[in-house]
Amino acid sequence: MQISKSPWLLHYDASSCNGCDIEVLASTTPRFDVERFGIINTGNPKHADILVVTGGVNNQTRMVLKQLYSQMPDPKVVVAAGICACDGGIFKECYNISGGIDTVIPVDVYVPGCAVRPEALIDGIVKAIAILDEKRSKQLIMKQKTG
Amino acid sequence: MGVRSVVPFGPQHPVLPEPVHLDLVLEDEKVVDAIPSIGFIHRGLEKLVDKKDFQEMVYVAERICGICSFGHGFGYCDAVEHIMNIETSERTQYLRTILFELSRMHSHILWLGLLADAFGFESLFMDSWRVREKILDMLECATGGRVIFSILKVGGLRRDIPNDMLKSFLKTLEDVEKDLEVIIRTFLNDYAVKSRLCGVGVLSSEEVEELGCCGPFLRASGVRRDSRKLGYAAYDDIDFEIITHTDGDTYARTYVRAMEILQSAKIIRQAIEMLPDGPIEMPVKGFPDGEYMTRIEQPRGEACYYIKANGKKFLQRMRVRTPTFANIPALTRTLRGCELADVPILILAIDPCISCTER
Repeated sequence: MQISKSPWLLHYDASSCNGCDIEVLASTTPRFDVERFGIINTGNPKHADILVVTGGVNNQTRMVLKQLYSQMPDPKVVVAAGICACDGGIFKECYNISGGIDTVIPVDVYVPGCAVRPEALIDGIVKAIAILDEKRSKQLIMKQKTG
Repeated sequence: MGVRSVVPFGPQHPVLPEPVHLDLVLEDEKVVDAIPSIGFIHRGLEKLVDKKDFQEMVYVAERICGICSFGHGFGYCDAVEHIMNIETSERTQYLRTILFELSRMHSHILWLGLLADAFGFESLFMDSWRVREKILDMLECATGGRVIFSILKVGGLRRDIPNDMLKSFLKTLEDVEKDLEVIIRTFLNDYAVKSRLCGVGVLSSEEVEELGCCGPFLRASGVRRDSRKLGYAAYDDIDFEIITHTDGDTYARTYVRAMEILQSAKIIRQAIEMLPDGPIEMPVKGFPDGEYMTRIEQPRGEACYYIKANGKKFLQRMRVRTPTFANIPALTRTLRGCELADVPILILAIDPCISCTER
């Protein structure tokens, strides 16, 4: 059973400037069209396999991000889209930003860029899908071992 | 009286590209009250003036928002140039106008797409964004960036846009207008679309004035006000109309934005025709000293930039008043008494840009 045939995507804007958000959305629209790979942008964390987060983390989004991550079923991967999500970017020195999203949840793929280009994002998601498959097979092996 | 319940809406919600939280107090299916809570995207960007000097702040200003990025950079540069008495060249002003209008077009088309998505017309959303890519291509060609351009600097522009490239834009604009005709026809004449938009969230011209709204939201209620007529950049020499509608509902707002896209194309065409030759940057000497406030018309409405400096490398204060902030009171007013199913459309009607508002 390969989960990578149709991974669903959840996008959350932690505290991004919108630049990366509209690029995440743009990658689902006709020019880049990730839907041809079976990737659908869903709004429901319980249906999602890939969490794409844009923007650095502030105090108010920290809890939301944790909740979204915990509501997603295993296996799951996290893609940090844009330099702000990777380490805070230009807003790193702002008083309300505590840094990249890896200060809150584990990140599997970092995609830098300001704003991130859809091509780079798609590349990052393809890498994330490989990690997702790996996690899935590990999960299956664990299941067999424990019976 | 029905049963009262409170429905939390957001911060993560399928129709919201950005986090904003609303507590909707419902009576059966009717919304009786909406209490917004914001602060999810607050970064404390204005305080960066302590750490970045006045020229580096252009980068920060451009990143207030990724959709109206050029406008924010423009407003900041305009204010600093006024403080420092820098007279930008004619060519710079025309090029800035062209880029500003291109970003207005991409912002409005983006909004049309999101609106279509909010009432569940997926193919119309996809179609709008397909057309938007053509405008992004032009912007990428001219500046090197798709959404954040980083072409502005205090005193002018970082790079020139060659005249023959601008000539080729005229051809692309024609293509875009042809595509837009079909999309706008669907938005304005389709029975299903109209049934979701007409009569939703009506505000009279007195009400919008009283609530202090701005931008297309204001003009959709019949108030003829557009900060571009103040004549900054090259808008003084360019002939364009202020689009208004008298209905004041979401259909009127869609109409105003759709027609503004076509107006923007008209402005770009005129600006390319009239574009003078000349330098694109002026020398910047010394540090700013004084204060200034600029008003410009962003895609979402009027934005104000206040800059205060004391002759040092770092500014004392930067303050931005964004259009969404002015429109949020109107949002809560329209939400009161609406159907639950209309909530996403009404939120989108003000074209919310939360990252501008919270910075």
